[in-house]
Amino acid sequence: MWAFIHKLGSPKWFYGISARLSPWFWAAAALLIVVGSVWGLAFAPADYQQGNSFRIIYVHVPAAFLAQSIFVSMAIAGFVFMVWKIKVADMAAAMMAPLGAAMTFVALFSGAVWGVPTWGTWWMWDARLTSMLILLFLYFGVIALRGAFSSRDSASRAASVLAMVGVINIPIIKYSVDWWYTLHQPATFSVTSRPAMPVEMWVPLLIMVLGFYCFFIAVTLMRTRSEILRRESNKRWVRELAGEVT
Amino acid sequence: MPNSDPHLVQQADAVRLFREPEGGAGVAIRATLKRDLVLLMRRRSEVLNPLVFFALVITLFPIGISPDPELLATIAPGLLWVAALLAALLSLDSLFRSDYEDGSLEQLLLSPQPLPALVLAKVAVHWLLTGLPLALMAPILGIMLALPAGSYAVLALSLALGSASLSLIGAIGAALTVGLSRGGVLLSLLVLPLYIPVLIFGAGAVQAAIFGEGVAAHLAILGALLAVALILAPWAIAASLRISING
Amino acid sequence: MSLRLQARKLACERDDRWLFQDLDLDIHAGEIVRVEGPNGSGKTTLLKILSGQLADFDGELYWNEQPMRRTRQDFLANLLYLGHAPGVKATLTPLENLAWYQALAGEPDDEPARFAALAAVGLVGFEDLPAGQLSAGQQRRVALARLELIPRALWVLDEPFTAIDRDGVADLEARLAAHARRGGCVLVTTHHELADTPALRRIRLGQEARDAEL
Repeated sequence: MWAFIHKLGSPKWFYGISARLSPWFWAAAALLIVVGSVWGLAFAPADYQQGNSFRIIYVHVPAAFLAQSIFVSMAIAGFVFMVWKIKVADMAAAMMAPLGAAMTFVALFSGAVWGVPTWGTWWMWDARLTSMLILLFLYFGVIALRGAFSSRDSASRAASVLAMVGVINIPIIKYSVDWWYTLHQPATFSVTSRPAMPVEMWVPLLIMVLGFYCFFIAVTLMRTRSEILRRESNKRWVRELAGEVT
Repeated sequence: MPNSDPHLVQQADAVRLFREPEGGAGVAIRATLKRDLVLLMRRRSEVLNPLVFFALVITLFPIGISPDPELLATIAPGLLWVAALLAALLSLDSLFRSDYEDGSLEQLLLSPQPLPALVLAKVAVHWLLTGLPLALMAPILGIMLALPAGSYAVLALSLALGSASLSLIGAIGAALTVGLSRGGVLLSLLVLPLYIPVLIFGAGAVQAAIFGEGVAAHLAILGALLAVALILAPWAIAASLRISING
Repeated sequence: MSLRLQARKLACERDDRWLFQDLDLDIHAGEIVRVEGPNGSGKTTLLKILSGQLADFDGELYWNEQPMRRTRQDFLANLLYLGHAPGVKATLTPLENLAWYQALAGEPDDEPARFAALAAVGLVGFEDLPAGQLSAGQQRRVALARLELIPRALWVLDEPFTAIDRDGVADLEARLAAHARRGGCVLVTTHHELADTPALRRIRLGQEARDAEL
């Protein structure tokens, strides 16, 4: 176990293994997203209440899932970096943050678009949208903090601590926002407490969620690989790779 | 230092020089509390500025919105809480900054005493001279916003409880940004999202008091948040300070 | 009980640049070790690593033959570190500053000892002035008073001679020598040339780093 962790920690080893893994994730992501969106957009039945506009769920929900999962992964990577000093974990965390922020933005934007037919307005202080907005600010905080340090090592550790503090707070924020929402708008229609979906609706949703996850893994692997090359550019194995030394 | 038998002297002195780690954490914590209290009392403007800021922000709202007491009464709990939260935030940047700049912070970090306990003492002083005065001042500003009767005690109590959590959470942000030359705005960016649960239950408590609903539940949750912050924040602050001192 | 600070295969990388690599150190009681090297060669970083402030390095530290991780409390209880910044609060008087340091070090509260320590560094009559009204050299002396006040075996001093006048420099140098003679140990960086004594040892940084790059 210990040896495995340290092997995983070697940027060179990670660079090799990720090269073999990432095509699979790219392929899986492409396949799942194509199947899921065609099924969801063309074949799944329309919602009895919202008609076709509900189909935006096939983007909104996977993006929202990913937005939260990426923050958790970032915190886990930060923890691994702090405890075992594994630099690859930090590189991955650094690469995940912008992707997570982008996914949060996609979830917010699709939620706003969804709001037009549902609520007749671009923005409602709906519990889920509000939590998403706060999550976006948390992402901005982590990204800004990492960018503020001149020493990369301090930046990495500070961002790791903040991600861990944030991940402890996310459930607290989520529950308090839910409480706040029920207190202020108990009667309005909420997308979070929907009646059970029929199978034809949620199977494509599940496929989309899986597709988004594969996409996230593939992108993270790819970006981490380029970050490894950038940070290790003066190491011998990278220079050999580039043909500078033989 | 000429002496006839250097070896003997060396041994006698060595007994005095080398020491086992000993207790004394209580003494160090008390001394840190006292030192920070004295420091803040000598720079009284740092204690007064957040209070003046609080009053000023509250003054802006009737001017910006409407002097109508009925309208003000409905938004007063939220306004008072948000303004107090911002005032507490304003004072956070200086929590570790002067210690960082004059080198006392690295000495604090090298003390053989437990660092989380020492930083907890510093945060306690911050709360005592920022959060608590804000809580005591809030009812007066509540009168100016036509806050309905019966909610004044809850306002002060919720602010006193909540601002302790704010000080603890904010200190993590202050510790993370203390090494940065312009950390002020960044600090707010890091800390404000984390303040939201406290704001929800703090303002919620005052609203519950106005509507005559269960105030106890809100205050209990504020207390629970404070308990969690008390357990976890000192460690996060200590770890963040260790990072900041590395540059 | 002995005093021994060892470092094995110490290496520190700062943003893709090795400050030093494969540095082995063995520091004993009775030594004054002067860390030398040009600006930017990592002297301050080395002192921070050896005083347990930086965790970001490769290699292993040992305090009295035990790995540092396990003996950190014991190590800190024997360490006195003076950094670039004097660590003196401008709004507190020298006496109050020392009182905090005394408590922080776990020493009993002892006012006469604080007066004596300030007298030893030539600050008689300045005990009750806010330190902000003192000159830079006097503030540095307040920090140096800790060497008198708090008995610690291992002194790690980063540029302690900064801003001190000539008499003060001679006093401080004598104090370092006396500490080494008593069985203490001094680790110091300074631009001031220390007089050669048997206790003095030099460690040179910067050379290796340049060699490695060639």
